[in-house]
Amino acid sequence: MIKISRDKLNGALAKIARSCDLFLPVKKAGEVNYGKFDENAEVSLDTLKTVKSAKDFFFPQSETMMKFKLSGKNIEIEDIRKQPEPFVIFGVRGCDYRSFSILDNVFLQEPVDTFYKARRDAATIVTLACNKPETSCFCKAFGIDAAEPQGDATGWLDEKYLYLNANTEKGEKLLETVGEFSQPDDGKAVEELKKTTREITAKLPYSNIDLSRFKPENLNELFNLPVWNELSEACLGCGTCTFVCPTCQCFDIREFKTDTGVNRFRCWDSCMYSDFTQMAAANSRTTQMQRYRQRFMHKLVYYPSQYGGTYSCVGCGRCVNKCPQHLNILKVIKKIGGRKDD
Amino acid sequence: MSELENKLIEKAKILLENGEVKRVVGWKKGEFYHDPSPATFETADGLKEFVYNDFCGANLSKYLIDINKKEGKTAVFLKPCDTYSFNQLVKEHRIDRENFYVIGTECHGKLDNRKLLAAGVDGVTDEKYVGDEVKFSTIYGDKTLKKGEAILERCLTCKGKKFMVSDDTVVIDETEDEVSDRFSKVAELEKMTADERFKFWQSQLSKCIRCNACRNVCPACSCVKCVFDNPQSGIAAKANDDAFEEQLFHVIRAFHVSGRCTDCGECSRVCPQSIPLHLLNRKFIKDIDSLYGEFKAGEVAEGKTPLTQFDTDDVDPNAAADAIK
Repeated sequence: MIKISRDKLNGALAKIARSCDLFLPVKKAGEVNYGKFDENAEVSLDTLKTVKSAKDFFFPQSETMMKFKLSGKNIEIEDIRKQPEPFVIFGVRGCDYRSFSILDNVFLQEPVDTFYKARRDAATIVTLACNKPETSCFCKAFGIDAAEPQGDATGWLDEKYLYLNANTEKGEKLLETVGEFSQPDDGKAVEELKKTTREITAKLPYSNIDLSRFKPENLNELFNLPVWNELSEACLGCGTCTFVCPTCQCFDIREFKTDTGVNRFRCWDSCMYSDFTQMAAANSRTTQMQRYRQRFMHKLVYYPSQYGGTYSCVGCGRCVNKCPQHLNILKVIKKIGGRKDD
Repeated sequence: MSELENKLIEKAKILLENGEVKRVVGWKKGEFYHDPSPATFETADGLKEFVYNDFCGANLSKYLIDINKKEGKTAVFLKPCDTYSFNQLVKEHRIDRENFYVIGTECHGKLDNRKLLAAGVDGVTDEKYVGDEVKFSTIYGDKTLKKGEAILERCLTCKGKKFMVSDDTVVIDETEDEVSDRFSKVAELEKMTADERFKFWQSQLSKCIRCNACRNVCPACSCVKCVFDNPQSGIAAKANDDAFEEQLFHVIRAFHVSGRCTDCGECSRVCPQSIPLHLLNRKFIKDIDSLYGEFKAGEVAEGKTPLTQFDTDDVDPNAAADAIK
């Protein structure tokens, strides 16, 4: 384990950024999101939750997939894929790190999503342990340890130092890069940090939320619960929950015409939207209750039934903080979770 | 439970029990103290879950568009600023006045969860306004913040405690709160050079994630199907594209609601990236005031509005463009 004192941190980050693109939580126009490091960037590693999650690095909100050129009766397809340059993501919290494996299940199974895979391969991920999880955090319910996230390297911050430990070859290489700014550490301070975080986490009101009823075999029973009407009543049908969510993975593929041809792009879609999954006629889910139910059934029942019981939620609590009308997955789990008397 | 909340529940109970209304629209308790959600109550028993506290920021008027189609009368609790939206919806024939029993509800500013989290106030279990302070009980202990640092931006420039429409009111504390000028930030933006102003909006709007929360919560955005959601419109735009968000979407929306926006501030309250969208609308309001005389959308439910009537004395468009530059 090594440590870098806070006053040398900027130098260390600048050194990494000289060899490849470095992305980390940056404050811009008042809000902290992942952004590219440069000397003017207002780096904010102490921010617990970026507004958007880290999934954008592998699954960006919008991307062009291919281009078509039309000449007479011929269509020429331009493959615009290229191997992305290696890059580093710094400061990924345990919840967001887990979300990558949830996305991997979808995008890396056959047929492999080559756009996603190329970016996944190019990344070195440095995670960051949480110091003071919030009331809205419930990663522990999904078996995530906010005190010791994995990744290529793991970081811990206290008031004086950033401590780093490499977990993979990629991680070791990165630590070598910042060698001149660091000194060896015996790991004692980190043990203290971990202990404090785990104590806070254990006391959070939703760390032990009961998910026992969300099982594939209960699919029909849960789908037909009348309580969905009440739970979804105030839903505005906006896409905030889906767009700040680290595991929401639905997208739409569309084209637009340019002067010289057609660009095919994909962009995030939201099951909350009325124009989601347009079938031959229209969206098969005609009411907001159905759309709302879809989102939570997907995360807590459909996805686990497809991927060995893993829930497609990491308890980051972004939807808890950001839903305009305070509807969220916690309310759904609490209402349905372990109770049988509805 | 506060005295005010008790009175609201009592009122709702009587209306439901004597059959005067079929349902009551208010707020329902959440998991925490700070996360109530809008809800409909159809029985007196259901009112057990009713809540009214300083986190009930949501403007309930928008929900009335759908509820208007339901059979029977609906009682609704509206804060002073929400009553402007109600009137505007009546004026635009989106709801029928006679379908609703409006209960004007006391408000002394609503709290902003994000400001609280930023100030380290997390896990609120109770709260009370005392003078110009808010005293919080939280699962981590007691905290006190200045009220100005804790309430929603829109409440800092409150339009006043008067209800523009009501069949009944519940107000215990009638004191007016101190407010600041709601156009001062617009005036600041006007003073900037065009480049500075563009930069300001570019940095703000490039945060947009096109979640459409601002549009969906907006009582003036009452189109049955928004062009941007309609695959048949030819301009459906689902992709997030900086240039579009920065220069078109929000500006188009501000134009579309100009002269109808009541400045309820819901757009800025719900934006996950805290973009000060209300400033676009306030610029329009300020310009309309200066060109056509002071006008508040939703003050009344009848009559023409500056942008829906023409008068030969109206300001010349070119002169107007110069005047508001």
